Amino acid sequence: MTMQRLKCKKRILFQGAALLLSALMLAYGISRGELETVWNKAVNICLECIGLG
Amino acid sequence: MKNAVKRKLIQIAAFGFTNSHIGNFAGGKLYTGKWKQFCNPGLNCYSCPAATLACPIGAMQAVAGSIQYHFSFYVVGFLLAVGVLFGRLICGWICPFGLVQELFYKIPSRKFRLPKWFTYIKYGILAVFVIVLPIAATNYMGMGKPAFCQYICPSGTLFGGIAMTATHPELRATTGLLFALKMGILLVTIAACVFIFRFFCKTLCPLGAIYGLLNKISVYHLEVDKNACIQCGQCAHTCKMDVDPVAAPNSAECIRCGACAAVCPKRAIRLGFRSETSTAAQNKPSAEKP
Repeated sequence: MTMQRLKCKKRILFQGAALLLSALMLAYGISRGELETVWNKAVNICLECIGLG
Repeated sequence: MKNAVKRKLIQIAAFGFTNSHIGNFAGGKLYTGKWKQFCNPGLNCYSCPAATLACPIGAMQAVAGSIQYHFSFYVVGFLLAVGVLFGRLICGWICPFGLVQELFYKIPSRKFRLPKWFTYIKYGILAVFVIVLPIAATNYMGMGKPAFCQYICPSGTLFGGIAMTATHPELRATTGLLFALKMGILLVTIAACVFIFRFFCKTLCPLGAIYGLLNKISVYHLEVDKNACIQCGQCAHTCKMDVDPVAAPNSAECIRCGACAAVCPKRAIRLGFRSETSTAAQNKPSAEKP
């Protein structure tokens, strides 16, 4: 049971760290204007995506 | 409601939400609203006229291949968050291309299983076509191309390529070898999906590779009560993704469809966000005392 609890704690720790990292990355990416880059690509026909580019 | 029916309804609802601009097919236009800056958790080409959201794999390559940036913190952060919370639950319940593949699998035919090594191909595709090529293979301006979208993605050909070339004669006139290659990949993928469950998800999908790696630590997970399990093997036999839930409950291939839990005669398999192991451990602190 101790091993299981340790494994579980380790897992929760990993999850927390990964979620924190993802929040930081999201915030940084949005702050430097990546949303606009994605929007610009997504609202125009992507020739590569449809097999022409 | 049966789990399989519930899953199918959620898949259809997700497909409908992420492809709600059906009217755009008539003129071959794209939706250009603000929703397009947000990523879809599943694989859905943003050059599909009906698409509401941006494809995360396309977006990741677009940002990495742009002049200003060489890495997308926004898309990677988004995929990390979704992957850590849900893992491949997204593949099983939300992904539009996953639903399409399952519909092709319903065509009556002899069904086959793939050798395990096929499942490793998608990690190579993720590394080479999604991560390395858009950054490394750049033009004189320093701009890279979305190599996965350009050379492989059958979802883009199906949802975007066919619709766009059908409605735009000027685009149709420019089709060539590359379009033929992509149509070939699409046809092979569709044919394979008739005989092999989710052939694309298993072998080629880079998004499945990312979520698969995060399946190991995702909050939504699968647990097997080893005390209740009678090792009958029904779960492994039922799994169309060729996973043995008892041996590898958090396998990178498990799409959390819940078919194994539904078939377990002892109800020893559960899927969810809460961990029964931790709950049990918290409820029985005296169990380990001497």
